[in-house]
Amino acid sequence: MTGYALTVNGREHRVEEAWLGESLLHVLRERLDLPGAKSGCEQGECGSCSVMMDDVLVCSCLVLAAGATGARITTLEGLQPADRGAFSDVQQAFVDEGAVQCGFCTPGLVMAVHDLLARCPQPTGLEIREAISGNLCRCTGYGRIFAAVEVTVAARTGGRRR
Amino acid sequence: MAVAFPTTIDDAVAALVAEPTALVLAGGTDALVAINAGLTEVSSVVALRNVTELRTWRHDRDQVVLGAGLTYTDLLGDELGELVPALAQAARTVGSPQIRNAGTIGGNLATASPAGDTLPVLAALDATIDLVGPDGHRSLLLSDFVLGPKRTALDPGELIVAARVPLVGGHQQYRKVGVRNAMVIALASVALVIDPARRTVACALGSVGPVPLRTPGAERWAADHIDWITSTLPGGLADARRFGALVADDARPIDDHRGTAAYRRHAVAVIAERCLRTALKPISS
Repeated sequence: MTGYALTVNGREHRVEEAWLGESLLHVLRERLDLPGAKSGCEQGECGSCSVMMDDVLVCSCLVLAAGATGARITTLEGLQPADRGAFSDVQQAFVDEGAVQCGFCTPGLVMAVHDLLARCPQPTGLEIREAISGNLCRCTGYGRIFAAVEVTVAARTGGRRR
Repeated sequence: MAVAFPTTIDDAVAALVAEPTALVLAGGTDALVAINAGLTEVSSVVALRNVTELRTWRHDRDQVVLGAGLTYTDLLGDELGELVPALAQAARTVGSPQIRNAGTIGGNLATASPAGDTLPVLAALDATIDLVGPDGHRSLLLSDFVLGPKRTALDPGELIVAARVPLVGGHQQYRKVGVRNAMVIALASVALVIDPARRTVACALGSVGPVPLRTPGAERWAADHIDWITSTLPGGLADARRFGALVADDARPIDDHRGTAAYRRHAVAVIAERCLRTALKPISS
């Protein structure tokens, strides 16, 4: 097929000579040098490849890249402040609270938490659980991840940590 | 063009007629699993993303018309959740937020998996599926649309446009059993729709047969045993259990990698009983 364009993190990228069946996840990682989204299961089960597409959280492994032209795609790289090495508040909370162990699931979880807090700035415990129910973490047991969400909420709302 | 991006239903049908082997891409949550696994050839694609009409819904006094492109997240929104509660409940059990944000009701119909979560609800509601193809429109009852596991009455070049469900005034409910509370494919599922105005009970099962199964015997029995004036079950718990057992009689489960036929039959009896107990006023006995 001929090339197509993808809008990722506010920038237009050309994709040339790709196979029509390539997933957005594959194109991000292998063609656009954006390795933030991780490839875990390639069937939507693990959430490690989560990205935002037109402001909606999706698994990039289940998005056909050639079908995503015209959509606004935001990856983990697009959430981070412009200066290299700087973290978003959610990322920093993950680090501070020990919510990162092997780290493989972390980018997907950070995307899911950013999405949750954008829709719902003060989530209940159940809302947090439902929001990250599609993101598998096999290290932390999730307790530290819940803590990281709560710390972020407290910081954003100017409150104190519970 | 390897990927067509029609913006209207007519253009989508025209694109499909021009490329009969094209992959019809809705939410992609089933299609990409197959493509990633190397199970599907992709030579051309008709992407429905820009057909905005498919993403709309409307209702009058009698029915709700649900565009095929509505996502599960759309279905569980406040307004639709109030109009068709069982469909919202079913949508909320699908996958994860990521999957619900992408997957569509039209995709659930086209995939026609025995475990498709919206299908038992559509079966219990006697939904009508609207199709458009090169020869024009036609409408099929869900039971005439889903023909077998992953087999539908969809003709080449035909597109699922909408599912139409009647507005029912009474209680409706969807329950499913799986290994966890999220991200799970149903081992057994039950949709229950109680219509006090017509004094009917409709019950449909998922994952326990090749297609969504209605349970006519159990439905008639329940309608005969409900006290429609007080919305109670005078026979109490014993009657609710009896309903579950009758429902299980109509199941046609098989053993597979997710569970056994015996477990599925048992599970469907238990969740049908719970559906009925939840639907009616608390039972004393």
